[in-house]
Amino acid sequence: MCGAKAGGPELAGVDVANETIIQGSVTRDGEPVNGYVRLLDASGEFTAEVPTSATGQFRFFAAPGSWTLRALVPGATVDRAVVAQQGQFTEVAITV
Amino acid sequence: MSRSDVLVSADWVQDHLDDPKVVVVEVDEDTSAYDKNHIRNAVRIDWKKDLQDPVRRDFVDQAGFEALLSAKGIANDDTVVLYGGNNNWFASYAFWYFKLYGHGDVKLLDGGRKKWELDSRELVDGDKVPERPATAYKAQAQDASIRAFRDDVVAAIGSKNLVDVRSPDEFSGRLLAPAHLPQEQSQRPGHVPTAKNIPWSKNANDDGTFKSDDELRALYEAENVDLSKDTIAYCRIGERSALTWFVLHQLLGQTNVKNYDGSWTEYGSLVGVPIELGSN
Repeated sequence: MCGAKAGGPELAGVDVANETIIQGSVTRDGEPVNGYVRLLDASGEFTAEVPTSATGQFRFFAAPGSWTLRALVPGATVDRAVVAQQGQFTEVAITV
Repeated sequence: MSRSDVLVSADWVQDHLDDPKVVVVEVDEDTSAYDKNHIRNAVRIDWKKDLQDPVRRDFVDQAGFEALLSAKGIANDDTVVLYGGNNNWFASYAFWYFKLYGHGDVKLLDGGRKKWELDSRELVDGDKVPERPATAYKAQAQDASIRAFRDDVVAAIGSKNLVDVRSPDEFSGRLLAPAHLPQEQSQRPGHVPTAKNIPWSKNANDDGTFKSDDELRALYEAENVDLSKDTIAYCRIGERSALTWFVLHQLLGQTNVKNYDGSWTEYGSLVGVPIELGSN
């Protein structure tokens, strides 16, 4: 597989104005990592989980507010706090 | 019934990959995941194409289930081990299906595809599909004791346990669907009055394996679910609640637990039924 792409997946065809998007990529030493990303709500409760794409990318359609992203990959777990707003996409680059 | 009868570890599956009487079956929300790679010798069941009626909103019927399993080379006396992504959501859904049609020995791979991947275990390319000769599978009539319909849910308000296993934001009405899917589905947000919100995720560890029986029992008791009463579990389309059904009925041995597969996409579109908004 080719190297990691910066940022999240392409937004073509996504109704950005009406969605609250949190997206990004998971990399190790600049290379994409296959694993999973969980979305936890403000109380730390599980909300959703997606596998990363072949290029290490992920995307969630959330709601405005505070969230935690938790990357699960072989041998590592990394948390990142994010604040999301409707009509904007929040980009998060996670290195593990 | 005990945990070891219905749940097997990744090590156990690894040791039985060449056992001809053990059939490993992948069932994924993303039905193309199998095409990318899968556990060696695993066959695929597509929860949409294979398990749903192509026209009506319902399951394939008994004859359809027999034809499906026969074509997949699964015999009545085979041990079926189901696994999939999303912490076994759709594998649990298929498990419930296999029980609905009376399959004898069916198990879940604890942790599903995620645990297998996080362990860095072997996956083979998508085109490596095992050849299993067709069988003459015989299914039983649907076991009505584990499936709830909309009228059962309305009748259960205030009398039976209703467990809404969706995320807190879906339960309160903030979201209509899981956060990794675009917002769509039922006509109205909210939940069935008197339902308790116990998200499916509380049943599982981060790696997708189930929590211990003691932890699970403590979870439902802490949420004031009276385990001596009948229970109906629901979510959005019935797959996450199949996981909770698995926990209550198969792991904890509760006798009267039903999965409402119509779930919120049906209930939240019904005219005239009571709906509640907000958190528990």
